[in-house]
Order: sequence, then structure tokens, then C-alpha cells
Amino acid sequence: MGYEAILVLLLAGVFLIVLANFLSNLLSHKSDNPAKREPYECGIETIGPTWIQFKVGYYLFAILFLVFDVEVAFLIPWAVVYKEIGTVALVEIIIFLFILGLGLAYAWKKRALKWE
Amino acid sequence: MNIPLNITKTIHDWLFSIMPEGVATVTEWVIVAAAYLALFAVVGLYLVLLERKVAAWFQLRLGPNRVGPWGIFQTMADALKLVSKELTSNTKIDKFLYNLAPYFVILSSLIAIGVFPFSRQFQALDINIGIFFLFAISSIGVIGILLAGWSSNNKFSMIGAMRSGLQTISYELSVGLSMLTMVLLTGSLQLSEIIEVQRTGGWLIIQGHIPAIIAFMIFMIAGTAETNRAPFDLVEAESELGAGFHTEYSGMKFAYFFLAEFINMFIIASIAVVLFFGGWLSPFGITDDITWFPESIWFVIKVLGIIFLMMWFRWTFPRLRVDQLLTLEWKYLLPINLVNLVLMAIIIWLNWTI
Repeated sequence: MGYEAILVLLLAGVFLIVLANFLSNLLSHKSDNPAKREPYECGIETIGPTWIQFKVGYYLFAILFLVFDVEVAFLIPWAVVYKEIGTVALVEIIIFLFILGLGLAYAWKKRALKWE
Repeated sequence: MNIPLNITKTIHDWLFSIMPEGVATVTEWVIVAAAYLALFAVVGLYLVLLERKVAAWFQLRLGPNRVGPWGIFQTMADALKLVSKELTSNTKIDKFLYNLAPYFVILSSLIAIGVFPFSRQFQALDINIGIFFLFAISSIGVIGILLAGWSSNNKFSMIGAMRSGLQTISYELSVGLSMLTMVLLTGSLQLSEIIEVQRTGGWLIIQGHIPAIIAFMIFMIAGTAETNRAPFDLVEAESELGAGFHTEYSGMKFAYFFLAEFINMFIIASIAVVLFFGGWLSPFGITDDITWFPESIWFVIKVLGIIFLMMWFRWTFPRLRVDQLLTLEWKYLLPINLVNLVLMAIIIWLNWTI
């Protein structure tokens, strides 16, 4: 099969979830209680909103990830044709990864990689 | 002719001979969908059982042994129980996103298993960008986890989801780079072609010797982290966060996340088998002459071996802290991986591959 298999598997997955949810709603025993409708935390009522500003460290790593993930995307075509091109490809990738390594070293020096 | 391998081809020819083309195509789609759903369910359920059995062996217990011989029906009973549970949640959730999250998680893992060649013929999606497609599709799963955590309106879920996002994106780099190191050897992204390369030259882990073994180690560490398994299970650290991002999910909706987690483990093990251990090829070609031998058995044996290794990790190492987790990835695995990539390139350039 060609690319239509993606569509087939997509529909199969949606079908699985819809069917299982339907069966579950059909078979399950239902009861209601105000305590059941509370967020499951530690027994007492939850204090303050959940959707708050989050620690900035997470975003810092997300940005770093973006840089390196784009780099992986650049490397994929290089890896495929590496055997055909040979020496030039080797020199180029050493330069490319050296510059990238400088970037990583800079982030390291600036303590961006330290979790605190 | 290899009879068991040509089952799908036989079905394809047979369907198109007895039906008009349109009907045959749709029938074939339904068969493929049913086959993959069955595979998905069986793999998910039996990996859960294997996990519990392996855990029991490591702790000198018996493990589940009441439902059926050796407890083989235990997880089916569990699944039936989960279906019969009420789908409950708190009143403050973001309903749309809460219900959407399981779709992302399940679909990304279901589509990803379509790419693997389980044998010469059993492969739904034989595309020339196979490895790249796996990158793309497997990174969608984390969206589901983030949505689940955020929409639950529960602080434990929120913290679990943020940790998961951080961990998954960090370790995705190492998974990607170690896979690329192996792609250098094959010069192709198509999974069936990667296996064909190994038929003549030997398994890639032997062909690439030192850099390949380093890449394999990095891949196993990063793969374990990407599936959020112990020792990298900060996402659902029971003692800290309840159940992590799926705290607010119950019954079947919880089961989707649970199932997807085990399927992701299977996916990581399958990638390892295809890229390092020759996929469905038999070791030293010992069954190449036996025409009736189903080659997918080799695939399954190798995958189970890798999965056993991942379960072994779980009972060997203590859980990492967040800062240790990030140090391991950004200060050790990533630089080692970049150097390893260049090392592999130099070895290929010098023609030192075995």
C-alpha cells in the first residue's frame, strides 16, 4: 500500500476510540456525588487557579530544542547522500557541527543548561 | 516461493480477481485496518502482562497467575473491567481538549507501527522517507500528553505534563541523532531498504562497530526516556504526582494512555531492531533456506529481547531528578552524539566499516 495507509490507520484509530468510548458509556455503572466532581488532588479543596504562568526554565529548553531539532532536520538529507558525495560532505559537516557546538558551548557557559 | 510471507500479496491478488476494483480496494483497507487494530490491542495487552511478569521475576514473586494458565488472560480481564468503569472527571476541565487528547496519543502510535516491516510482506506503509516519518509522527504524541495535562485542571496533571514535554523534546534530539548515525551507513531512509542493506553486509551494529555501539547505547537511554519509563518516569512519579498527566482520566480514557505508553515502548524496540539488529533477517542466515519459516518470528524475538532490556532498566536504576535528567541529556548525550556522528562519518570515509 502507498500513502493511503496513513489515512486508513488514522480512521482505524478514530474508530477504536469512538467505539471504546461508546461501549464504555453503554456498559458502565453511573453514580453521582459532588465530591466526585472535584479535582483529584490530596483530599482538601484545591487552592488557587491551575492555569498559571509556568516556570521559565521549561521554555528556555524548548527554544534550545527548537535550534537543535532544526539542525537534525538539516542533517537528514546530508546523511542520506553522504556515501555518494564523500569528502566534501565530511568537511562540510565538520564545519557545520563545529559552529553548532560553539552554540551549545555558549548556552552552557551562560548557564542555560543548568536547572535551578 | 516463501508462502507465509506472501500472505498479503496473495490476499491482494485474490481480492482484485473476485471483486470490482473499487470494492476490492475498500475491502483491503478494512482488512489492513482490522489487522493493525488487532496487532495494536494484542501487543498492548501482552506487554502489560509481560511487564508484570518481569517485575515479579525480578522481585522473586509469581506475578499474575490466577486468570487462565500462567495468568495469560489477566490483562484481558483488566481491559474488560476498564470498559465497564464510568468515565468520570472533574467539573472544571476544558471539555474539548480533554476529549481530544487521547486521539493524539493513540493515533500517533498506531500510525507509527504501520511503518515497520514485520516481515517481507507485512508492512502497511513502505515509504521512502520511513525514518523521517517516524520522527514526525512520534513527536505528535507529546501534544496529546500536554493537552491531557493542561485540560484536566489539576495541578498534578499540569506538572506531569510540563515535565513530560520537557523530557520528551530533550531526548528526542538524542533519539534522532543516534538514528541518523545509522542512516549514514545505509544511505536510505526506507525501512525495508535498510533491512536489505543488512542482508549482505551483516547487522548494522556489527557493520558500524564502535560508533554503532555507542549510538545503540544512546538510543536505548534516550528511547527509555522518551517513552517516560522508569528510571525517567518523572512524568508519572506516583510518590510525587499521583498518576501524573492522566490523573483526571478514568476507565477507558485512562486505558488509552496506558496502551499508548506500551505501544511506544514497542515502537522504540522496533526501531532499534530495524536499525541495529537486522529487522526480520535471521542471525547468520540460519533460516534463509527454510522456505516456510515465517521471518516475522525473528522480528518478534528481537523486539522482545530489547523490551526485556527496557524492563530490566526499570528494576535496576533509581528515578532521576529533573536537573540530573537535563544534565544527562544536554551535557553528556548530546555532545557525545554529535562527536559520534562525525566519528561514524570519518569511519565511512576511510572505509573502515566491517
